[in-house]
Amino acid sequence: MAEVLVLAEHADGEVKRVTCELLTAAARLGEPAVVWAGPGAEAGRERLAEYGAARVYVADSADLADYVVAPKAELLAALVADKAPAAVLVAGTAEGKEVAGRLAVKTESGVLTDAVDLVAGPDGHPLATQANFGGAITVHSLVRQGTPIVAVRPNAIQPVAAPGAAEITAVPAVLSEAARGARVTERVTAARGGRPDLTEAQIVVSGGRGTGSEEGFKIIEKLADALGAAVGASRAVTDAGWYPHQFQVGQTGKTVSPQLYVAVGISGAIQHRAGMQTSKTIMAVNKDPEAPIFEIADFGVVGDLFTVVPQLLDEIAARKN
Amino acid sequence: MNIVVCVKQVPDTAVERTLRSEDGTVDRLLPDGLINEQDECAIEEGLRIVEKHGGEVTIVSMGPDKATESIRKALSMGAAKGVHLVDDALAGSDALATSLTLAEVLRRTEFDLVICGSESTDARTGMLPAMLAERLGLPQLTLATQVDIDGDAITIRRVSGDGYEVVTAALPAVVSMVEKSNEPRYPSFKGIMAAKKKPIQALSLADIAVDAASVGLSGSWTAVADFAARPPRAAGVIVKDEGDGGISAAAFLTERKFI
Repeated sequence: MAEVLVLAEHADGEVKRVTCELLTAAARLGEPAVVWAGPGAEAGRERLAEYGAARVYVADSADLADYVVAPKAELLAALVADKAPAAVLVAGTAEGKEVAGRLAVKTESGVLTDAVDLVAGPDGHPLATQANFGGAITVHSLVRQGTPIVAVRPNAIQPVAAPGAAEITAVPAVLSEAARGARVTERVTAARGGRPDLTEAQIVVSGGRGTGSEEGFKIIEKLADALGAAVGASRAVTDAGWYPHQFQVGQTGKTVSPQLYVAVGISGAIQHRAGMQTSKTIMAVNKDPEAPIFEIADFGVVGDLFTVVPQLLDEIAARKN
Repeated sequence: MNIVVCVKQVPDTAVERTLRSEDGTVDRLLPDGLINEQDECAIEEGLRIVEKHGGEVTIVSMGPDKATESIRKALSMGAAKGVHLVDDALAGSDALATSLTLAEVLRRTEFDLVICGSESTDARTGMLPAMLAERLGLPQLTLATQVDIDGDAITIRRVSGDGYEVVTAALPAVVSMVEKSNEPRYPSFKGIMAAKKKPIQALSLADIAVDAASVGLSGSWTAVADFAARPPRAAGVIVKDEGDGGISAAAFLTERKFI
């Protein structure tokens, strides 16, 4: 059985959940093999084995972290030439898609982005499901040239534990001069207060114009923390400066697909819906009964968020005890 | 400092969008096409750089005849000239085919810097700037919120998963701007009048020596097997808050096992 290469997303040896999702998708197409760029593979090995990695190709070179995107694409291209995999899967993050794009040029292969599902098609080749125009249209796409490269959206595929050997094999990271063109000189991490990553969170609580102010938006953080959720915001909120731009959910901004999306004080304009309408369950609180968010909500409360949410917070605290 | 800004005309995100039933491609002849939002930030950044360091901004766009509207708007914002890659054979090109043709246009253009939007609001692949950097063998300074130029050194702030990275390279380079990275200017009346006299050069595939078989719908390496509108979500339960809205919300979350 041909290998399916999965580019691992990791930080400090911790394997990100999306990598487990990719391993689950990879097992449908062939034998999952992880490509680990940088340090920490030994620490991450156990989790990779738990989700079915047969092998882990490790290129532990500082160059892979010090230069933007190009080195990872070169590493993958060398492995594609050497291993002739059935497909290459990367996380559908902004950077993951850039790696996929460069790899596609290098290997003269077709590339698909924003896959929300991936299966073996009738001919055994990957058939991707994509949610286009913010989930308004479902498209089935395929690659018809080279080694299929697919960027899979985080949080779209349920990871399934399946034991694998996760045998570690060191591979060289020989980089061209061109791959060393753009050098990272500093990394700055924004605080997100111990909350989960917005695009990977199982629950997202988002606030909109209805919160009224930076002060008013704090109730969104409280509800998020009570539910163990990530915080999101509508464009009206980030444009007004009530909450940082990187938390914006919508057509511009992040696309999320959590198990539960709670929209508070958000009317649900088409551009906002484009970033969240593939969420599994949607709950909305808004004082306007005509707000379009109620058209896609599984449960909605028409009322003032500043009375409904505090009551909900009390109720969550009571039910937890 | 000569800058090329790549611009794409896209359907308005404020209206319902769909794909053409015949071939699953985006309909690029809709009446409400406009400049891709991130590309407006790219134009603005280009204009600010030439205002500070001298030189001029050239707009490069691939698209049907109608895309001249967007090129003309970019010229009215302050760009000096436009290059319009227009050829019926290009219709339906995927990101790889698009990057192939844009790279050929750029190889025939003098520039110190290429600036793109980080992604288009229609296809949203977000791959094009990286593909251009790869094809041209230039440093990739993408997902920028801030750009600084000092001599032939360029430094950006790049959006990362949990913050940002400072990335530096030597010019020439390929930059992409994320949405909201700056506040794009509105064309002035004077700018609109001046834009009418600015040159737009039309190029065909023959002009850039690209084989029609390697682009367009049939030349693209990906294909749409089928597509359908997402089924509407089943109507949910909407209750009016009569003093117990928070309690009923908690009951719903408990029933669905979120609490």
